[in-house]
Amino acid sequence: MEHIRTPKVEQVKLLDRFSNKSVTGTLHLTATHLIFVESNSTSAQEIWILHHHIASVEKLSLKTNGCPLLIQCRNFRLVHFVIPRERDCHDIYSSLLRLLRPVSYDELYAFSYNPKQNDQQREEGWQLIDLAAEFERMGVPCDQWQLTDVNREYKVCKTYPRDLYVPIMASKPIIVGSSKFRSKGRFPVLTYFYQEKKAAVCRCSQPLSGFSARCLEDEHMLQAISKANHNSRYIYVMDTRPKLNALANRAAGKGYENEDNYSNIRFQFVGIENIHVMRGSLQKLLEVVGTRSLSMTDYLVGLENSGWLRHIKAIMDAAIFLAKAVTVEGASVLVHCSDGWDRTAQVCALGSLLMDPYYRTIKGFMVLIEKDWISFGHKFADRCDQLDPDPKEVSPIFTQFLECVWQLTEQFPQAFEFSEWFLIQIHEHVHSCQFGNFLGNSQRQREDLQLKERTYSLWAHLLSEKQNYLNPVYSPSFAESHPVLEPSTQAYHFKFWRNMYHQYDRSMHPRQSILKHVLTLKDSNRELEGTVQALKTVSSPQEFVQCEYISTKGSSATENGYGELMGSFGSKNEPGAVTLEFGVARMTC
Amino acid sequence: MEFAELIKTPRVDGVVLHRPFMPTVEGTLCLTGHHLILSSRQDNTEELWLLHANIDSIEKRFVGSLGTIIVKCKDLRVIQLDIPGMEECLNIASSIEALSTLDSVSLMYPFFYRPLFEVIEDGWQLFVPEEAFKDLESMTDEWRLSEVNKDFSVCPSYPSLLTVPKDIDDESLCKAASFRHGGRFPVLSYYHKKNGMVMMRAAQPLTGTNGRRCKEDEKLINATLCAGKRGYIIDTRTIAVAQQAKARGGGFEQEANYPQWRRIHKAIERSNVLQEGLIKLVEACNDQSHSMDRWLSKLEASNWQSNVKEILTTACLAAQCIDREGASVLVHGTEGTDSTLQVTSLAQIILDPACRTIRGFEALIEREWLQAGHPFQQRCAQSAYSNGKPRSEAPVFLLFLDCVWQILRQFPCSFQFNENFLIMLFEHAYASQFGTFLGNSVAERLKLLLSQKTVSLWSWVNRPQELERFLNPLYEPNNLVIWPSVAPQSLLLWEGVFLRWNRSTKCLDEAYQEMVHIIEYNKELQNKVNSLRRQLAQLETEDGPLQTP
Repeated sequence: MEHIRTPKVEQVKLLDRFSNKSVTGTLHLTATHLIFVESNSTSAQEIWILHHHIASVEKLSLKTNGCPLLIQCRNFRLVHFVIPRERDCHDIYSSLLRLLRPVSYDELYAFSYNPKQNDQQREEGWQLIDLAAEFERMGVPCDQWQLTDVNREYKVCKTYPRDLYVPIMASKPIIVGSSKFRSKGRFPVLTYFYQEKKAAVCRCSQPLSGFSARCLEDEHMLQAISKANHNSRYIYVMDTRPKLNALANRAAGKGYENEDNYSNIRFQFVGIENIHVMRGSLQKLLEVVGTRSLSMTDYLVGLENSGWLRHIKAIMDAAIFLAKAVTVEGASVLVHCSDGWDRTAQVCALGSLLMDPYYRTIKGFMVLIEKDWISFGHKFADRCDQLDPDPKEVSPIFTQFLECVWQLTEQFPQAFEFSEWFLIQIHEHVHSCQFGNFLGNSQRQREDLQLKERTYSLWAHLLSEKQNYLNPVYSPSFAESHPVLEPSTQAYHFKFWRNMYHQYDRSMHPRQSILKHVLTLKDSNRELEGTVQALKTVSSPQEFVQCEYISTKGSSATENGYGELMGSFGSKNEPGAVTLEFGVARMTC
Repeated sequence: MEFAELIKTPRVDGVVLHRPFMPTVEGTLCLTGHHLILSSRQDNTEELWLLHANIDSIEKRFVGSLGTIIVKCKDLRVIQLDIPGMEECLNIASSIEALSTLDSVSLMYPFFYRPLFEVIEDGWQLFVPEEAFKDLESMTDEWRLSEVNKDFSVCPSYPSLLTVPKDIDDESLCKAASFRHGGRFPVLSYYHKKNGMVMMRAAQPLTGTNGRRCKEDEKLINATLCAGKRGYIIDTRTIAVAQQAKARGGGFEQEANYPQWRRIHKAIERSNVLQEGLIKLVEACNDQSHSMDRWLSKLEASNWQSNVKEILTTACLAAQCIDREGASVLVHGTEGTDSTLQVTSLAQIILDPACRTIRGFEALIEREWLQAGHPFQQRCAQSAYSNGKPRSEAPVFLLFLDCVWQILRQFPCSFQFNENFLIMLFEHAYASQFGTFLGNSVAERLKLLLSQKTVSLWSWVNRPQELERFLNPLYEPNNLVIWPSVAPQSLLLWEGVFLRWNRSTKCLDEAYQEMVHIIEYNKELQNKVNSLRRQLAQLETEDGPLQTP
């Protein structure tokens, strides 16, 4: 690779983020990864960092023992190297700077990643998720909702998918008229259909209403949505923005629906903050929890000041409002924000997950992400900083969605087929650019990039390692007793997601994981059942493999740094008996 | 005194009971000498049996002639009783108030309670110091059991038998006692088998402003050091607080007089501050109207989690000195009956696998809390809802249990007991039918004749039927030292206690049951496989080797 000047540096120190511990090893720079291999032969740990995961590289000023290089990753890993020679450090630094800023899509890892599958397997991977089948599962098309071909050529809305579902009564002129009155042409379309009450969840962007403009087609469109549901005389219009933001948009010729112009709508602001606030909030959060020797007071005050959990709760509150309107009142709901691809995606996806147990399965969750996030044009490339970075466009919108789901798994441990490792792994790959699914900003762009021909699908990969992501206490019958989840939104139910934001900080996690333990037991049960069967048939006394589960025992005192004692009588390091708990997060290469 | 005098109205019909997350119950309210009982007189309906001693405070409200009593319990539960008739309501309220604040210990329920079960193993005889000393003797001969305190005159809060260095005679002990607050001279708390290091505990030395010293005290603690070795003194107070203590006759060990010891100051809060923290925390947990920000700021303001972190950190430090540095440790605060015991008992849980079993944990509580003279009766007289000015109440023991829970969360497979065991201990420390937590010291308990007149909590807990609820299905004995993380991100709010009555735990309980089921099924399968293999092996020996296809 032309950008790599120094492919290998020896005697590099890796400092632990929260203690004074450090290990020595060799640093390798490849076209796709930065790799650190510990020299100690007994517990040689390896760290693989994908270039795409690196958010920033910082070269700090030269110290006596070498030149510090600080690397911050989008998956919340933070590594601190000390490289003996300044020249080497500079070489690595400048190579990385170039490598982590790909200039064209072709440079992304997905286009060179080759998992040794043939074309047929690749194709099958992409066919796993079929959104037409998903709408069919919901009961669409039906007598009130139909597939429209108006966007077949992406002419009405560039950021929407080709296939869209609209009310029977919405004729093409109405659709086109409405799309002209909506920001970026994102007119109201169906995203979820609640068959039991024939109530629909629709999504769109803000109307270009300004202070007084109105659009008959758009009004007809909303009426058509309303009429498609005989169970309710009104529909809810949820503007997921704070009222102040919506008001400010009016000055720019945008805004929100005037209740006087639309018949039978119930308009509601929800108050989820915009991408800039969310970006700032996560930054503050990470700053706080990244502090060394953090006191409890600073932690709690910092958590509060970051506003992060407040935002998470706001999204959850909105989704609960949506689910209640649909399932209890049987009303259809139209959700929008400004452009209808951030907050709208969060609320629609989370609301659907509350209403429909299917989305709480592994496959269903993939479908949900494919539908509400990928196909409806959540701008993954911009939000996750894949290419041509505009720092103002980056925002942890999708991360927030994953976190909301995690908060739900905490309240309903038996409702989800997957464990948090699944969520964390998805998060990992949203940023890895290793698979094609999340590349680009819209379906259209993905087609232009020929992703299905040139890259692999993450979903096939995840399904192939499904065992790792199962929730051992998942109960399929839970869905029968709780078709709709009704989470509590008391503030104390919202917790800091340590396993996400500290996934690489081993010293912070429980030393024995119940999840891992029970998962192993479940596997062992399956094997034992087989053995029992085999033994019963008494065909041959086969070699019986006793299943052993590994639980991590013990830990090191020095790692935790209880203070004071450090270096007093010369502290000794002991090899940590800790195995990596979140091994799933390691890249497959 | 007759309880009947205090009960103005023994019975009211048509009382409605409201409890969070449970259906309301209408029934008859009865007051007995020790219980508040609500009976619906229907089968299968849950009834309320509430120990008066569990009532922390009550509030009365009236709407017309309908009275409402809000009963706030020491286990943090809040229930509401709607009582028709103003007079009845007032009578009930004042009766409850009188009965729940009885001054005399001998009127407490444990003295009246007769067990419905047969006591097979008397808990009062289970953890005697002689037995513990036998264990120690098998490991080392450096220590002896002293009877210097047999009539409790040297130290009223110590037990009659104490483990001290072999070479220190009783006379020296008396002199050292006179130099320590409350006579609590340094005694053995824990012997670390792995390297022979020890942890001792004491009260602060009475150096006063003019720097008094006591050769016997110095000799006593130096006797625990190996030649050429240094030890650590962990003072649970900040240096500023320790300095201030001098003015009241207390103080800390001067370097000049204890050259072989390095003193480390930590900042565990004093008990009255802890009590305020508990009140604030519970108030925050009970207020359902909080926004996210308000909740976090109230949680922070209670300082509860900070206290947990500080106590755990100090315990880890003590354990680190012993296990990692190979040094002996002396722990003390002011009186040596609160923060000192938190630290010494938690350090043992970290270091000693035996303390993580049910019996071992019971023994730890006996040794390090009950016999060591933690004043349970004073500390647990009131809980988070007390209105009155706090006297000596403080959640010292609850904080200890919280810290244990934190370690349990981080090492969920290393404890023989589960969270319910810790919650049960919290409940019984505050209100119980058993005598175990009555009194403030061994001397007081002897005087009250508790072992003759009351039943020990352990007699009940250790019955197999009860024990079942407290066993941790994930337990696998683990002989290692377990170092918990004390990062704030790793410490959680103990929801099982503080949100216990504020949330529905149905989903969580069912998930737990499912986990238990998976574990039990695994055992079942293992047994099945083993027995099948045995059968197979038998067949083989009988019929000669089977053909392999």
